[in-house]
Amino acid sequence: MPLRDLTRRELIQRLGAAGLVLGSAGAVARARWDHGAGAGPAAIDRAITRDFRLSSAPGDLPELVVAKNDTDPAALVRKAVEALGGMKRFISNQDIVVVKPNIGWDRTPIHAANTNPRVVAEVVRLCYDAGAKHVVVTDASCNEPNRCFQRSGIWKAAYDMGAEVILPATHRFRTMRLKGEVLDEWLVYTPLVNADKVINVPIAKHHNLAKYTAAMKNWYGSLGGRRNRLHQNIDVSIADLAQFIQPTLTIVDATRVLMRNGPQGGNVADAKDMHTVIATTDQVAADAYGCQLIGRTADEIPYLKMGHERGIGTMHWQTLRFKEV
Amino acid sequence: MASTTPDPTIASPRAPKAPPKTSQKPGLLARLFRAKARSGSGLPARKMIQVLVWARRLIQGGTFALFSWLLFHTAFRGSFASADTRVRLPLPVEGFLLADPFVAAMTLLSTHTVYRGLLWSVGLLALTLVVGRVFCGWICPFGTLHHLFGWIFPSRYGKGNKRVESNKTYARQRVKYYLLYFFLAAAVTGSAIGGIFDPICIAVRAIGLAVIPAAQYVATAINALVGLTGVRSLQVASDSGQDFLAGTVWQEKQFYFHQTWLVGSLFIAILFMNRFIPRFWCRVLCPLGAFLGLFARFALFGMEKDHSKCTDCNLCLVHCQGADSPQGGVKWRQDECHMCMNCENACPEDVIKFRFLPNRKSAITTPDTGRRTAIATAAAGAALLPVTRVADVIDANYDHRVIRPPGSVPEKEFLERCIRCAECMKVCPNNALHPAFFESGIEGMWTPILIPRIGYCEHSCVLCGQVCPTGAIQKITEEQKLGVGQKAISIGTAFYDLGRCLPWSMATPCIVCEEFCPTSPKAIWVEEADVPRRLPMASADGGDPKMETVHVQRPHVDPSLCIGCGACEKVCPVQDKPAVYVTSVGESRSKTNVILLENTDYNKS
Repeated sequence: MPLRDLTRRELIQRLGAAGLVLGSAGAVARARWDHGAGAGPAAIDRAITRDFRLSSAPGDLPELVVAKNDTDPAALVRKAVEALGGMKRFISNQDIVVVKPNIGWDRTPIHAANTNPRVVAEVVRLCYDAGAKHVVVTDASCNEPNRCFQRSGIWKAAYDMGAEVILPATHRFRTMRLKGEVLDEWLVYTPLVNADKVINVPIAKHHNLAKYTAAMKNWYGSLGGRRNRLHQNIDVSIADLAQFIQPTLTIVDATRVLMRNGPQGGNVADAKDMHTVIATTDQVAADAYGCQLIGRTADEIPYLKMGHERGIGTMHWQTLRFKEV
Repeated sequence: MASTTPDPTIASPRAPKAPPKTSQKPGLLARLFRAKARSGSGLPARKMIQVLVWARRLIQGGTFALFSWLLFHTAFRGSFASADTRVRLPLPVEGFLLADPFVAAMTLLSTHTVYRGLLWSVGLLALTLVVGRVFCGWICPFGTLHHLFGWIFPSRYGKGNKRVESNKTYARQRVKYYLLYFFLAAAVTGSAIGGIFDPICIAVRAIGLAVIPAAQYVATAINALVGLTGVRSLQVASDSGQDFLAGTVWQEKQFYFHQTWLVGSLFIAILFMNRFIPRFWCRVLCPLGAFLGLFARFALFGMEKDHSKCTDCNLCLVHCQGADSPQGGVKWRQDECHMCMNCENACPEDVIKFRFLPNRKSAITTPDTGRRTAIATAAAGAALLPVTRVADVIDANYDHRVIRPPGSVPEKEFLERCIRCAECMKVCPNNALHPAFFESGIEGMWTPILIPRIGYCEHSCVLCGQVCPTGAIQKITEEQKLGVGQKAISIGTAFYDLGRCLPWSMATPCIVCEEFCPTSPKAIWVEEADVPRRLPMASADGGDPKMETVHVQRPHVDPSLCIGCGACEKVCPVQDKPAVYVTSVGESRSKTNVILLENTDYNKS
């Protein structure tokens, strides 16, 4: 006999519906239950590095080249790369190449706070001549990027050579595990590391905290987030970054060098024409040689010692096969 | 003619050649694409009116697109210009504001001048004198939004008689005139606060500061979700989409705006009001509409009605935008009409006629506002300034957070000019400018202030002055701002909180502030010092922790060189409350808000 006027069918339907809701709620709760027993499986504890270096280094070619005595920055770049064995040695056919200048500041070329646009343009041209499929020029600026890219002159210079110029946009940064000494997890600017070959084209300049910066410090431009915190341990963070990204080639622009008030400068009188370009496959040696331009020695700069000890390169540039052109 | 059924024996001069109704059922295609059979006599509207209605729709779409396009371009996007080219926006992005006669009238009353491009507003006034409030029905981008939402929101709920009732003229429509009198009187006493209610200002402020950043926020979240899928082709497509949007609609980085939740919520609320009263904003609140309504009485173009032919079908009311009594039996309200032409287009009889120099037998041309209420609201507006000024933020106890953009005029003149249109906040490339909440009192609500912790003032940038339509921020040059051959423009001064500063109190090297200081010579200089540091662990023998000596550079500010740009505050690594911060003192626009005696010049006019 049915209860009151409830039919059996309706009874089953109602009980079924209530049971279904309870069952699903229970299932969701069980599946997503945090029973407080600690974190799940430990994250992979492997450092991620980006090594774009060539595997071979022919013994007859120099490892560190310094081009001097030419007022044309493009000619200096050509001479230096030529002496290293030419761009064809570094770039294979159909490579996607990232050229990373310093486009950090809203300064014009005469202030020598960003890489000289003619140096950047010449590197792009050499890459295409060597058979690169696509050349990307980018940096994560300190000042407002549109302004830095335009007023550094690099945007137009690189575009005219056929490079793709990418502005640093929020969605281009992804968290990566660097596992460095101070840089553990950090937002990394992905266009810089998604490439076949990476050419570092920094500018040599004075830096009030790190004393002298060029090649190794240029990788600050591969980071997002609050990188201002890194200054508390600037030397270790520079070494961490240089360990994270090993470029195919480093071409240091020292055509005009900021001698004081680095890294931003702002006063034309702070910069001095030096008409020099350094090209090498060893980013530590590049800085060890370069710091002499502003009257420093490698021993005075802690991040060079760290880079040397970590085996990123050598701070004793004299031990390399050296050539001046 | 009381009968609503057509009488084919009466020859109408504009009767269609074919009989309006046939016994045959029209085919499916015809039913889909042909307009609904007209009721009543079924007389079609004049061809000219049909064309004008479509022209209006096109112009509405076009001006809304133009407004959005200009708003999207209220941002500096780099170009291939040479390094030495001055950075300016190529478009007159503030154009809609320059054409706004309410803004021009307010600033004329407060400053007794018409600032530069605001002269364009005379053109809009002239248009109103010829054809009435065409701006409201045809041009205003905010009005177009309300037109759209007044059509979408009540579609199910406000049909038929409900729609007719909601489109009749109501006393609430006087409110906009009272608001206008209030704001104009406030302007006479020296406050351009009416900009809070200006429709163009609202559109720029709400879309620019709330809708666009929120859309970008959502897009970024979706992009991150796509990133999690790990499907390469999807990620590339999503990234390209983001790049495209960053280069057209918004910018490379996410912008955040101080207290913008209120701007956004009010915008949504006012749009949602269309569900209950179509074009609530335009009919009831808009002071620009009221301003144009005051002048619509002089319009040469207007409506004539032949009441005798009206069958009370109320089709005109179904489509009416301004709630201006287009129906028969009552007088047309010229000051309320948006000139959308929908009524004549809908009228199936021969009642409504728009024409030049109409007779005004059945028209009311002036606002239906009581004189006493008008005077009372104007008096309230005039009282606004003393009431807000005896509060403590302007004359006494000036708030240190009120850091105005570079090139701003002195504070009182600033409040006479600033219409809170948010152009400066939208254009600021570093997201440094924000709508004030109560920092500068209720009188300064939504005026721009610089919040360095969110963004600093880019050294060589003068874009905020370029887009300011009223001269609250003057159009300064780079030379004036940077101080080439003159004293640089300062908007405040930086101070160190030594207890929080790493080199000063934690024996830790830092000086990011010095690195970012853009002036030359730098306003931040460092003092080299060897300082003791206690090691953070007990010594080997279990005794007190050992000490070591650390070399640090301790930063100092030179207040005579500091321009208050806030770059130091922005980049200070002490995350929550920075160890260096900027306050407004020392701003060059003020002769009283100073620190140093050398900068005090009371003799300067």
